[in-house]
Amino acid sequence: MLLRLTVLGLFYAPLLAVAGPDHVTTLAASCAACHGTNGNSVGGTPVLAGLDASHFRKQMQDFKSGVRPSTVMQRHAKGLTDAEIDGLALFFSQQPRRPASLPTHPR
Amino acid sequence: MKLNRRDFMRFSASAAALTLLPLSGCARALRTQASPRVVVIGGGYAGATAAKYLRMWSAGRIEVVVIEPKPSFISCPLSNLVLGGSKTLADLTFGYDGLQQHGIQLVQDTVTAIDPLARKLQLTRGELPYDKLVIAPGVDFIYDSLPVLDNAEAQQQVPHAWKAGPQTVLLQQQLAAMPDGGVFVMSVPKAPYRCPPGPYERVCQVASYFSQHKPKAKIIVLDANPEITSKKALFAKVWAELYAGMIDYRPNSQLTEVDVAAREVKTEFETVSADVLNIIPPQRAGKVAQLVGAANVDKRWCEVDFLSYASKVVPDTYIIGDSVSAALPKSAHMATSQARVCASAILATLAGQEPDPQPVFANTCYSFVNARMAMHVAHVYRYDLDKKIMLPAEGGGVSVQPSEQEGQYAYAWAQNIWSDVLT
Repeated sequence: MLLRLTVLGLFYAPLLAVAGPDHVTTLAASCAACHGTNGNSVGGTPVLAGLDASHFRKQMQDFKSGVRPSTVMQRHAKGLTDAEIDGLALFFSQQPRRPASLPTHPR
Repeated sequence: MKLNRRDFMRFSASAAALTLLPLSGCARALRTQASPRVVVIGGGYAGATAAKYLRMWSAGRIEVVVIEPKPSFISCPLSNLVLGGSKTLADLTFGYDGLQQHGIQLVQDTVTAIDPLARKLQLTRGELPYDKLVIAPGVDFIYDSLPVLDNAEAQQQVPHAWKAGPQTVLLQQQLAAMPDGGVFVMSVPKAPYRCPPGPYERVCQVASYFSQHKPKAKIIVLDANPEITSKKALFAKVWAELYAGMIDYRPNSQLTEVDVAAREVKTEFETVSADVLNIIPPQRAGKVAQLVGAANVDKRWCEVDFLSYASKVVPDTYIIGDSVSAALPKSAHMATSQARVCASAILATLAGQEPDPQPVFANTCYSFVNARMAMHVAHVYRYDLDKKIMLPAEGGGVSVQPSEQEGQYAYAWAQNIWSDVLT
């Protein structure tokens, strides 16, 4: 078993250059259901990609405290730590804005 | 790009190319050296998301193959709106071309056997070796207690309509053909089942349709559970206010017998006749999970490590989505959240790192109460280091009331999750 792991490690060596996504990247991906891949919404919700980090942080903290009334966003903001909100603010501020599209219907 | 004859040929061609790969350990090692291969079984919300994020996060350095028998993706979320009349099944049907543009190989085929120790699986058209296997098979129906329903002919008479597709259209047609003054009977299985609020959203959608087209019709809900299992107060209020006098909800009503031809059901307490009968059967992990021996909890659901979604019993195999054994709602957003954590952990493992020691993710689930108004249940879930499971964080909950604003958010949710999962 040990030998097999070592051998696999060797074979996967090219992947070592590509680190797995970190905690915040994986958490941010969870926002995609409503805000699109990497924050590029197709519409109906704000585009988070390229959003100013301090603006993002302020909105999320206001959702969390209730200063900004909301339906669903308070559920998410209240469940996140301040460090996670800061991490998400930085992550989304660094995402390039790209046009998002809907999948096509088959004929 | 539309799925056409040529695309199907391309599926066949890619399947053929894959089967030509040598299978000996030595040859496999050579292939692995080029790039590890992850095979994803199932192209629903969970499987498609895992495939996309594996490719995106690895910048294409991982070979990803998705095996899915169906030619296109049909969304279960929003499919109750087909019964309400505000959506068609075509609105909810999408091609897989967007995934192919990520370099994901789609193989339209069915898995017939899996050898997890040799890390290869059998398709109807040949063998396929893999380094890591992701299983996202959704749910399978259990007909042990109602064997008369375990055939296609009976399901034409008594649809389940719990996997979006022809069954959804069939139920819609039966409702349309039902006379005004008729009775629609729906049976809800004991939890856990796919989409906890789904049956109650369905009641709203059928009631919405009846209000407009068959105002004398009635709905009887035979729920095997002791109470409405999700958004209870909200659904009860909607039924009393929007659909007063139409809905008869009967808890603790597990079916004991079904007469398919007569459309009649029995519970421990009573016999109920229907004009349209919709039985949502009890559920378990999808067939492929059973095939590989991953459904180790009550022979129904799959026990996983919540840091990676690795099976607790089958090596190099990960399970995501509705098949997972967890106190988590079996929703589409949940399936995609699990898929991303799984993809992240697989990439970390392949890179020789430890997965994120404390994953956090979100789940948002909307239910439509008519064509325009919806309400949510939403939570952040956080890995608990002591219990080693995902637990809801503080601040989660449900809408104060259904609204048109949340209806718009619900459509935005659908469009964005489709975009995220399929493009």
